[in-house]
Order: sequence, then structure tokens, then C-alpha cells
Amino acid sequence: MADQNDAPVLEISDLRLSYYTRMGEVPAVMDFSLTIAKGESVGLVGESGCGKSTVANGIMRYMGNNGGIVGGTIKFKGRDMAEMSEEEVRQLRGKDIAMIYQEPMASLNPSMTIGNQLMEVPIEHESISEQEAHDRVFEMLEAVHIPDPKRLMDSFPHQISGGQQQRVVIAMALLSKPALLLLDEPTTALDVTVEAGIVELIAELSREAGTSLLYISHNLGLMLEVCDRISVMYSGEVVEEGHIDSIFEWPKHPYTHGLFGCIPLPHADKNARPLVAIPGQLPLPHERPTGCYFGPRCGFFEAGRCDGNSIPITEVDTDDDPAHRVRCLRWNEIDHEAALPEADTRPPIEIGETVLEVADMKKYYEVSDNSLAAMISGATAKEVKANESISFRAAEGETVAIVGESGCGKSTFAKVLMGLEQATEGEVRLSGTDIGGIAVRERTPEQLASLQMVFQNPNDTLNPSLSVGAQIGRVIKRFGIESDPGKIQQRVFELLDTVKLPREFARRKPRQLSGGQKQRIGIARAFAGNPKTVIADEPISALDVSVAAAVTELLMDIQRENRTTLLFISHDLSAVRYLADRVVVMYLGQIMERGQTDEVFSPPYHPYTEALLSAVPIADPQVQKRRIVLEGNLPSPLDPPKGCPFSTRCPRRIGAICDDEVPPLQIAADRHVIACHISMDELREVEPVISLSKPETTAA
Amino acid sequence: MLQMVLRRIGMMILIMLVVALLLFLINEGDPRLIARSVLGPYAQAEQLDAWIAKNGYDRSLFIRYFEWIGRVLTGDLGQSIIYKRPVSEIFWSRLGNTGILAGVTFVIMVIVALVLGVLAGMREGSLLDRTISVFSIATTSVPEYASAVILAGLFVFHLQWLPGTSSMTSGFDPVQLILPVLVLTLYGFGYIARMTRASMAEVMTTHYIRTAILKGLPYKRIIMKHALRNALIAPFTVIMLQINWLLSGVVVTEFAFGYKGFGALLLEAALRRDIFVIEACGIAAVFVAVLTQTVGDLGYTYLNPRIRFK
Repeated sequence: MADQNDAPVLEISDLRLSYYTRMGEVPAVMDFSLTIAKGESVGLVGESGCGKSTVANGIMRYMGNNGGIVGGTIKFKGRDMAEMSEEEVRQLRGKDIAMIYQEPMASLNPSMTIGNQLMEVPIEHESISEQEAHDRVFEMLEAVHIPDPKRLMDSFPHQISGGQQQRVVIAMALLSKPALLLLDEPTTALDVTVEAGIVELIAELSREAGTSLLYISHNLGLMLEVCDRISVMYSGEVVEEGHIDSIFEWPKHPYTHGLFGCIPLPHADKNARPLVAIPGQLPLPHERPTGCYFGPRCGFFEAGRCDGNSIPITEVDTDDDPAHRVRCLRWNEIDHEAALPEADTRPPIEIGETVLEVADMKKYYEVSDNSLAAMISGATAKEVKANESISFRAAEGETVAIVGESGCGKSTFAKVLMGLEQATEGEVRLSGTDIGGIAVRERTPEQLASLQMVFQNPNDTLNPSLSVGAQIGRVIKRFGIESDPGKIQQRVFELLDTVKLPREFARRKPRQLSGGQKQRIGIARAFAGNPKTVIADEPISALDVSVAAAVTELLMDIQRENRTTLLFISHDLSAVRYLADRVVVMYLGQIMERGQTDEVFSPPYHPYTEALLSAVPIADPQVQKRRIVLEGNLPSPLDPPKGCPFSTRCPRRIGAICDDEVPPLQIAADRHVIACHISMDELREVEPVISLSKPETTAA
Repeated sequence: MLQMVLRRIGMMILIMLVVALLLFLINEGDPRLIARSVLGPYAQAEQLDAWIAKNGYDRSLFIRYFEWIGRVLTGDLGQSIIYKRPVSEIFWSRLGNTGILAGVTFVIMVIVALVLGVLAGMREGSLLDRTISVFSIATTSVPEYASAVILAGLFVFHLQWLPGTSSMTSGFDPVQLILPVLVLTLYGFGYIARMTRASMAEVMTTHYIRTAILKGLPYKRIIMKHALRNALIAPFTVIMLQINWLLSGVVVTEFAFGYKGFGALLLEAALRRDIFVIEACGIAAVFVAVLTQTVGDLGYTYLNPRIRFK
């Protein structure tokens, strides 16, 4: 009521947030200032632990039992939130300021129907009748493109897919038409194609209602697509802020620069432009250095200057962006262009003989159906075709990426290779022997050692009660590499050297390591038996940007040295583009397209590959993309489409033939195969999804 | 859902039959032992044989088992050796007595435990939480015979407010129930309260509670609508197990206050080898155990929709 209309929606100045721990007060966020105008979209970027989520919690005045707002002000529409009563703050929450969370499943109450969880928002805030609330929710669910909202309202959260859960969370946040929407990693847990849809939906709905957005994410590509301005945070401070274009075109802070060096871009590959990881680690809050917090990791650190007093944030005088500010003393002395390590290119790995050959491999699961109807009809078993006719080859030293959304059967495939499941039909030849039917317990130590795996989540894959050295040593012993304790110890040390960890880590327990260090141990474990082939199942998706870059490079280096065949399972197409020699695109258990990386990433595409490429956010303003958003959900593998598996969502569907007939394998070039009904000539004419607006001279 | 209920009931019957068979084998497996306990230690071998033949105990175990099952189902529990009366005459009144004691205790105990548990878990680490936690550990750590003596000393001898025995000799008297109920509640509520507290505290840290807070719901609604139901899933199983304990585990309390209950009957029968009473009590105890488990499982599914809808 007392809103001044011209006041910004959110005005934060010199905000200080702290947590109270056994070590005393730990400042989590320092001198944070940010202004968001009506309808504006601002991003907050940084790696985990930099305090970006704490800012969101501070705005909500939700700091938990051990946190508090120590200084500064947060003004919402011109009113200081510190002066509001508990009751007033409660009224703001959910009505004027709403939030969208990272994990939609965990954010919804498992024992309440979705309808009830949504309806209580308007009932509580606007005291409207249940019927009115019901109608409002129904409309909102339609607005977030949920098919059959009526059925959904009576469902419980676990009964719907992750993408739908996130749509529900969005609907919940937008129900009361908030003035400010906080989005904490809203799409991190989702598939790329789903992410693209969600991002577009948020943009569309907030544009209509004039909602201001505060995006929190570590995904720079996503930021470029959705934000007007961004603030880059490091260790509790904003180190650089400004308009999205000027930050992406002329990043001034060495940390921002470092972040960009860590992300694979679609026009760079592993040999021409290797990723440059930021050395070192984020300091713990109570171990921050004096002066510049980034100092110890910065290549431009100047002793006596950068480690003196705390560094103020200063304006960068560019005509294009008066809002561009940076917290660095040397920002105008550093020439980032010249500083690029130019000579750091690598010769491509020579591809050797075929090591792994998969021929027409099928994996079907039987699912028992316990419903009464099924018991009466006698059809108690249904078949799930998790993998259907998978064929490809991988040679020594080659990196083959398997990409696809969750549920496409890529993990089942990995399980068959590892021997955790047996192939229903077909062959999986590793160096000539068919291992598709040999369970992991029946494999010889050599077979086990020659095929190893790096897992997705390093936190769950190490035994918490055994030291790192013991875990690696055990593998060496089991595979019969060494049996003498002294030699095993020596081999463990060598492996730690290989993954660039200090030798004394052998005595540490997993809990004493960071996520990136744990993943290095996972890699050391996998390479302990000199494997010929390593399967890496989303090895970097749980890691922070700079850590992921370091782990990727490490994996590449070890592969280069040992001439290992690497099967890289991922949904991150940027990473795949960067490091894979060949790509296999899977959808609903079938291969849609396979070929050399360059071939797959440029026309002719399979329509599904095309959609996947379009969905990947790319952190480069020079890149132009055609937008393709897939409608609908992945069909249930229990009841897949009869013809082409992609026919239900395909934007290029040509007719009934797609629904009824299995698409033929068309050969686009040598070993570049596309499974589609559309003629090759037509597919060749498709425009590239990704193009550079300014052509670069680097040859692909 | 209906299918699941039917399946659980089928399972329950099967378990009952198996346990009954074990009970039968242990008690009536050897006909000479039955004859011996009926006729007394001085009976001659011929007398035993004659008794066995007369009562049909020379037939196969299998036939006798199903005969016995049939008799139990029609309410004929046999003849008590000690009381020289049909078991059913003593058994049902004793079971009823314990039913009253257990029922009253159960209701009070569960309410007290849930309220205290929820209050404690709502704000983990608060003064209220610590007070309740310490209190519930303390009362649970004191065994029933000790608290029975302490409470009797206080209320019966010192203050002289309550009667010291609960034998109900002159008809049912609610005042006589107070002390046994108090002893049982003090001993039993701690488990449920601590379980509820832990469960509640965990629920309060979940993301969906954060969602509820940041939706701007009032605190009361967050607790009642969002936290409570999820927090009750874990203690529900413990609560169901307590019914079991209240039926057959309260011997000590029944003895301490001279209460004519089921536990006391079972103990007497076991000490004096009153075979048919043991069998009847055994069947009843197993039935209650299986029934509470089944109800517990079904209730659990109701509380937790993740199990209900696969």
C-alpha cells in the first residue's frame, strides 16, 4: 500500500551475513550490495560455498538457528525488512517474494497432494474460498503447461516426473504473483531438454507479470540466456558485477576469467584449446587470506599489494556499461588476451585398434505386474526394453561419448558392460572376448581390471571407514597387479602422483577430502589395474565448474598416457563436444545417431540430436542458437512408441510412418549413422543449430 | 489397496497357524507329559496309558492338531489343571482386565508421548527439548518394579491418597487403576516420545518444511499440516509394538499391585505347567502381536503415500 512505485523491488546495501559455529562467528557474505528494478533479471554466479544461496536465505530472512544478519539493509519496495515484524515478513514470503528451489522432489511435501500444497498459498495469503483457490491453482497449472491438471492435483509428488515437479514448484511460486522471484539453481537437477523448457516458461510468465528475478546458479551458459545483469561471487564477496554482455565480453576479474577458462565451449576441442582449471581451492570462511581472497589462486598476484588491506570494489570506466564494477587492484593492468597460454595445444591421440565392439546388444528387463487385472489375465510379466540393438565400436585411445536424457538406457548399458547385468541378446566384445553374458563375479581378474568405471557421485562411491590408500591398495591386490605390501604401497603412491594428489593422502579418510579430491581418488581406483577401457558415468556433473575442469583435464591426461579407451556417459553436450572423438546419441534405449563428434554436432542431424544441441546453454555471447523446445515427456519404457521412439516428441515428424515403422539406419558418411525416416537429403539441408556470429579463425 | 489388505490378512492367518502348531508341539507333543501333568506326579504308568487312550491322545499328532484348532475356534479352550474349571471361564475375565489396564495406559501414554515428542522435536536443542529428553530418558531407565515401589511409597504410604492394591475384590474401581497406569505410562512413554522427537526434528530440517515456511504459512499450520503427518510415520511402528508389550509384558506391574490380569495368569500357568491355560494365553498373545503388526503395516501405508502408490 505504501509502496513507492519508483522504488526498486529489491535494494540490498552492505549486507553482512554470518553463521555461528563452534569456531565462533563465520562471515558467509560480506558487503553485499545489489539493486533489482521491476521486471529485471539478475544473476548471482559462483561456485559452491561462495555464499550465493545464503544471500537468498537472507533476503527471505530465513537464516536458520545458527545464522544471522549482522549488518546492512535489505529494502523491499523501499521498506526496510529489518523493521518489519515477524508477521509482516511472513506475509511477504510466498506472496511478494517467492522462491524456486534446486531439488523439486525434496521441496514438496511427500504426504500431501499437490493440489493441497498449491491451494494453501492463496488461501493463506488472500483468504479466498477453497473453490476459488482450486480454480486459481488449476489455471496456474495450465499456465505452466501441465497436461491434465485435474489428475495432477490429486497426485502425490513422487508420482510425477522431475520436470513436472519443478513446474509444480514454479506454479507454487507464481500463484500469488510475486514481485520478486528467487531461483536457487532451478534447473540443476533436470535434463537439458527439460531445462530449456523450464527456463523459457519462467521467462515467459515473469515477463507477463513484470516479476523481477534473482537467478542463482553456477551455470554461466544459463546465466547468459536468462539474465540482464550478473554478479560474480567469490568467498562471500562480489568480485565483479555488471551487464551480462560486458561481463561476458570483457571480464576484468581474474576469477571471472578463470571461470570462463573452465567451461568447454562448442567451438573448442581438447587438443586446440585445453581447459584451464583455476589452481587451488576456495578458502574456508575462517581461513580467508588478508587482502584479496582470490590472491593465493591468482596468476596476477602481487605480493605487498594484493595481500594488504581489503580490496574495495571499483568502477570500470567503459562507455558501454556504467554498472560494470570489479574488486581487483590490478584490473586495468592485466591484459587477459596476452596472458592466454597460447602454446598449450596438444597433439591428437592416435587411434589404435578396436578394443570394444558392441554388436546388436539388447537388454530387456522383466517387470512383474501385480495388479489384480494382470493376475486374472495371466500376463503378470511385462518387458522393458532398456537397450535395443546397440551397436558401436571403440578403439584404443579413443573417447566415445554416450549422450541422452535420463531414462535413455545409458546407465543400463554401462551395467551390462561392467557385468552387473547380462545382455539379453547380442555381443559385447572386449579385446575379442564376448563378455556380455559374463556376470561380474564370474569374470577373471584380468577382465575385471581391464574394464573399470569412474562413478558419478564421488561422495557415495568411497568407503567412508577405510583410508584412501587402503581402498586403492585393495584393488591392486584383488586384480593381482602386485601382492607384496611394499610394492602395493609404491603403486598407490604412483597412482596418487598420477591424479596429482599429495602422497600423504593415502592415509586420509574420504571425509577429509573435498569433492574434487574424492573424484580424483575414484579415478586413481579405476586406473589401478591398468584398464584398457574405462567407463566414466557422468564423472564431473556433481562437481563445481573449476573442479570439473581440473578433473576433466586429468582424465584426458591419464587417458593420453595410457592410451585408454574412454566411454564417457554424459548429458552435458558441451563437455561431450569438448572431449569426445565419437558420439553415440541414445533415446529410450535405442541409438538415434552415432558418428564422429564433428559429424554429429553439425548437419545432417537426427531431429533428437538437433533438439539436444539447442537445449544446451552456451556461455559465449558470440554463439547464436536456434531454439527448439521439446513438448511432452519421455514415454514410459513399459509402453514405448511402436515405430520411432522419438516420434511422440519429434518436431520434424513426417507422418504415420514415424509412429508405425521402425526407422531405417541411414548412412550419412562412413560410420556416421542416423536412424530416421526423413531422407538424408532433407536432413542435410537443415540449418546448423549453433553458429558463431563472429567467425573465428581457429580451425575445428 | 483392497488386494493388499486381503493379502495381509491371508498372511496373518498363515502365521497364526504356524505359531499355533509350534505351541501345540511344545505343549502336547508328548502325550505322556500331558497325562503326567493332569494326573499328578504319583500316577502309575498304567494309569497314564489308560488316560491317554481314554482321551484319544494315542491318535496321530496331525489329527489332534486340527481337532485342537477346531476346538479353539469354537471357544472351547480345555480344562484348567489347577483351577479344575474350563479355561474359558478364567481366561476371558483375565484378558478383559488386562484389556482395560492396557487400553487406558495406551491412550494416555500415546497422547503424552506424542505431545511431548512433537514439542521437543519442533525446536531441536531448545530448553524445552532438552528438558523433555532428559525426563523421558530418566523415566524409561527406571524399571517398573522400582517405580512401582517408589510411587506406592509416595502415594499409598506417605500421602495415603491411593489404595496400594488393585485386586478389584469388591467390583471394578477406577481409583485402583491409577497407580498401575502411572507406572506403565512412565516406563513406556519414553520410547515413543524419543522416537517422535527424533523423527520430528528430522522432518523440521527437510526442504519441504523450508518450502512451507517460505510460502509464508503460519507456524501452527506448518507444524500441524506439513510436519506432523510425516513425523508420525516412524513412531507409528513403535506405538504398535507397545500394544504387544502392554498385553504380555506387564506381568511385573500386575504382580506388584495384585492386579488379576492376563500377564499374571500366564505366569502362574507357566510356573505350574497348566498346559491348556498356557496354550490359550499363548494363542491370545500371538494373535494380538500379529494383529498389531498387520494394523501397523496397513496404517503405515496409509500415512506414507510413497508406499501406497507405487
